[in-house]
Amino acid sequence: MLRMALAPVEPPAGLRTRVETTLQELTDLAVDELETWELSSMRDPRNWARPVLATAVGATAGTALVVLRVRQQHRRRQAAARNPLDLAQRTLRAASAEARRLVRR
Amino acid sequence: MDPARKARLDGDFSELYRAHLRDVYSYAYYRIGNHHDAEDLTEQTFLQAYRHFERAQAESDGRPLRPWLIRIAHNLAANLYRDRSRRPQTPIEDTTALKTQHTTEDLVEGRDELARILAGIKELPDERREALIMRFSLGMDNREIARAMGKSDGATKVLLHRAIKQLEGIVTAP
Repeated sequence: MLRMALAPVEPPAGLRTRVETTLQELTDLAVDELETWELSSMRDPRNWARPVLATAVGATAGTALVVLRVRQQHRRRQAAARNPLDLAQRTLRAASAEARRLVRR
Repeated sequence: MDPARKARLDGDFSELYRAHLRDVYSYAYYRIGNHHDAEDLTEQTFLQAYRHFERAQAESDGRPLRPWLIRIAHNLAANLYRDRSRRPQTPIEDTTALKTQHTTEDLVEGRDELARILAGIKELPDERREALIMRFSLGMDNREIARAMGKSDGATKVLLHRAIKQLEGIVTAP
């Protein structure tokens, strides 16, 4: 009796068409999207700008960080320096040490 | 994805869809109780299945994907109820025609009994109702039901047993 009460229900014909149409549209959309993406990423020079820009921003930020750290230690170096030439040498050494430390990270 | 692989996946999915559209629809219909929502749920189930088909196929290890499909429908139905905070509003429409012809009296009696069983199924807790739908409408075995419901085989067996017992109690109650 349970089997009869819960007899499988045939889906309406319209549903079959509806689901198949939606799936077909989805497949077409996916193909279009993929083709568009491939073309734009390979041929559109605007997409090349993004990685270049990212690298440039990274380099600028790194330089700014080195300058900031070297400036923070300026007074200490000034106090330790014997003359202006010695101060200049100490500043150069500090900048190069900071840059190396940043690169190692 | 390379076009040949995509075409093969789409072909496999079409096969799955054709083989189980009726199962998903029957499950949705008995779970929700009306044709309109059952159609929406069936469509959503296949759309979701399509999105995750590649991974499901890879993880299935050759096992049938019907429990996975029914699990999607089960989750979507649960969301539907949560969203609407309601039980089925419309009574299950009478879709069940008796296959064997008897006398008019038998027929009426049979219909009454089927109606009582359907009403009894609606009174069951969701989990028990779902297990009965999977077993008797979709013809799933214990292992498939267990996979669809995320339970062990043993727990599923107990669940089905209790569901039938409770239903008997409801139907035979004066």
